[in-house]
Amino acid sequence: MKVPIKGGIDCDLHPAQPSMTALLPYLDEYWRDQVVDRHITRYSFNLTSYPPNSPLSARPDWQHDASSDLDAIRRQALDAFGSRYAICSVLHGAVALFNEDMSMALCSAVNDWVAKELLDREPRLRASILVPVHNPERAAAEIRRVAADRRFVQVLLFAMGDAPLGRRIYWPIYEAASQLGLAIGIHAGSTYRHAPMSSGWPAHRVQDYVAQSAAFEMQLLSFLAEGVFQQFKSLRVVLMEAGFAWLPHLLWRNAKAWRGMRAEVPWIDRSPAEIIREHVRVTLQPVDTPKGDAATLAKTLEHIGSDRMLLFSTDYPHWQYDGTDALPDGLPEAIVKRILIDNPLETYPRLREGAQISDNASNSKEAVR
Amino acid sequence: MNIPVRHATTAAATKLAIVDCDIHPAYRKPSDLYPFMSARWREHMETFGEHLRQGLSGQLCWPRMSAFGMRADAFPKDGPPGSDLELMRRQHLDPNGVEVGMLMQLSKGGMEERNLEFAAALSHAINDWQLETFVKPEPRLRAGLVVPQEDAAFAVSEIDARADDPSFPQILISPRSSDPLGHKRYWPIYEAAERCNKPIALHVQGYPGGHASTGSGWPTYYMEEHYAATTGMQNTLTSLVFDGVFERFPRLKVVLIEGGFAWAPALAWRMDKHWERMRKETPHVKRPPSEYVRQHVWFTTQPIDEPDNPKHLAEVIEWLGWDRLMFSTDYPHWDFDDPLHTFKFTMTEAQKAKVFRDNAKALYGLP
Repeated sequence: MKVPIKGGIDCDLHPAQPSMTALLPYLDEYWRDQVVDRHITRYSFNLTSYPPNSPLSARPDWQHDASSDLDAIRRQALDAFGSRYAICSVLHGAVALFNEDMSMALCSAVNDWVAKELLDREPRLRASILVPVHNPERAAAEIRRVAADRRFVQVLLFAMGDAPLGRRIYWPIYEAASQLGLAIGIHAGSTYRHAPMSSGWPAHRVQDYVAQSAAFEMQLLSFLAEGVFQQFKSLRVVLMEAGFAWLPHLLWRNAKAWRGMRAEVPWIDRSPAEIIREHVRVTLQPVDTPKGDAATLAKTLEHIGSDRMLLFSTDYPHWQYDGTDALPDGLPEAIVKRILIDNPLETYPRLREGAQISDNASNSKEAVR
Repeated sequence: MNIPVRHATTAAATKLAIVDCDIHPAYRKPSDLYPFMSARWREHMETFGEHLRQGLSGQLCWPRMSAFGMRADAFPKDGPPGSDLELMRRQHLDPNGVEVGMLMQLSKGGMEERNLEFAAALSHAINDWQLETFVKPEPRLRAGLVVPQEDAAFAVSEIDARADDPSFPQILISPRSSDPLGHKRYWPIYEAAERCNKPIALHVQGYPGGHASTGSGWPTYYMEEHYAATTGMQNTLTSLVFDGVFERFPRLKVVLIEGGFAWAPALAWRMDKHWERMRKETPHVKRPPSEYVRQHVWFTTQPIDEPDNPKHLAEVIEWLGWDRLMFSTDYPHWDFDDPLHTFKFTMTEAQKAKVFRDNAKALYGLP
């Protein structure tokens, strides 16, 4: 069904990634030379998880030239759904590089490009901070640098990476996010440091994509078991493009398993289901209950047991639905406004502020050689 | 989860003989297998032992929450839980009214062994050992034919050699395989299974097959690894569907054991959605994935999920199909499900009969 009210907050929108040439002005001299001399500018930084011509990556009627991307976003994603804000996440492949320094430099450039080319030009846009996780201390420094611009509302991580994200080596990232009022957004996608399945490498892209939900499940468990939510009490983790029909099983299973295994994780002082319902949010698309089956959707939402967890998302320009039917048929009226407005505002403290734009965000860049 | 020893009369009161689809036997000591192995492999076992894909050789890298992950009351005087048939009878088969028990022999069967010659020797030995130690002395028990999936040629010979033996109503391979189980290297095993009309049983595995337990690497806690069994099962089912195994082997039956089931309807919907969008990539998958799942896959109950509202689990079983769920206890493991207390909602007599007995009898062709 269509979005029935104006002013929704779209929590998962993907601008086209900038070409390497477009990023050159945002790199210092050393990195400009590096990427030019090594011909890195000539090839794409697409993630393997999102091949540009795959139906998942680009809905046919939403395909457009990268140069007209902002116009397309305004027309097809913001105006068409009546969104008040949309949170941009650029799924840039720089995070998949093994070279920590280069990865850091390119991610910084992407963040600065987003501020200047998107946020400055379209006041309805907000953004995620792209960070590589090779060196969490440096990631935290980049978060602090970019977060001076309050239009950045979350940190962007990926569902499959080097290690489970709850691991304590990553806590500097969560400490920075907590202090700065940023959510942690985990988006579908892999840097392929590990096989997508616990039995190895599947043959097809559709299998990788289906397996994302299992990866999200294990990331949630990692945050839970390591005690991230005990340490960072205000932290919100947003699972983006994860689906949500798998949630009830995870909640039920872990509420029970914890009773037998709590001695191993004694900091978990109440039911995991309760902790997850409090700290974790999930973007709406892809809706993974059967299309047009309102009864199953309603039961699934009842099984999830909370009306606070879902956040409206168009997942533009990924092809998850047709036309402007970004809400599933039969979504109970009582929760439509929650999903569209209240839940996003509760999740992202920075969306509750007026747009205050830092004037020194792009001047405070650290040398990252 | 320990329970008081139940008297045999309790079972009579429930009036329902059950098929328990997950019972774990054990050897008292590894040398129990020696009578079934050649001198060459006995010596190899003594000298080198198993060669696995994990850092510890004496125990699992995520230590369990109780001694070896066993019920504390299931230890016989001599040897580990599951090794004493008399205790198994007294503690489980008799009082719980087990009419048929399906054995799941998880270790020393070669499924996780890197040396494939040794794996073949172990597989053959463990199958003979199951027959002699449990199935012949106790007619209520059936063995699972353990074969190393990484050596399909040997696996097929072992399956074919015992094709007509009703002591082995199903074939066990590991879902922690070296490649996702839909991979063509495993297809000869499915062909052999179809030929002898025996289901492929996939029980969650403690030993990795060479890949991290998650797409983002290795988890820290047993609490995570325990759950990764369910995401691993989802992965395996996804591979079987999209690699076209059920299209190629239309009579193949697959049983997922101890991997949970409440995730299955959601996974089937998810596969359907993305299959529709991406179907040009896998044109060999001719029908929506949920149809293959509905037709080819069975699930066991333990460890049962316990939502706050028990009705929710009943709704999930409606989605799954009452004819696809089979009761299991996991005896003698610590997270044993007691047949009297497994389901917190009221089942009809017909539903109860299906889940506790008839689905398994139909699947395995039990009398």
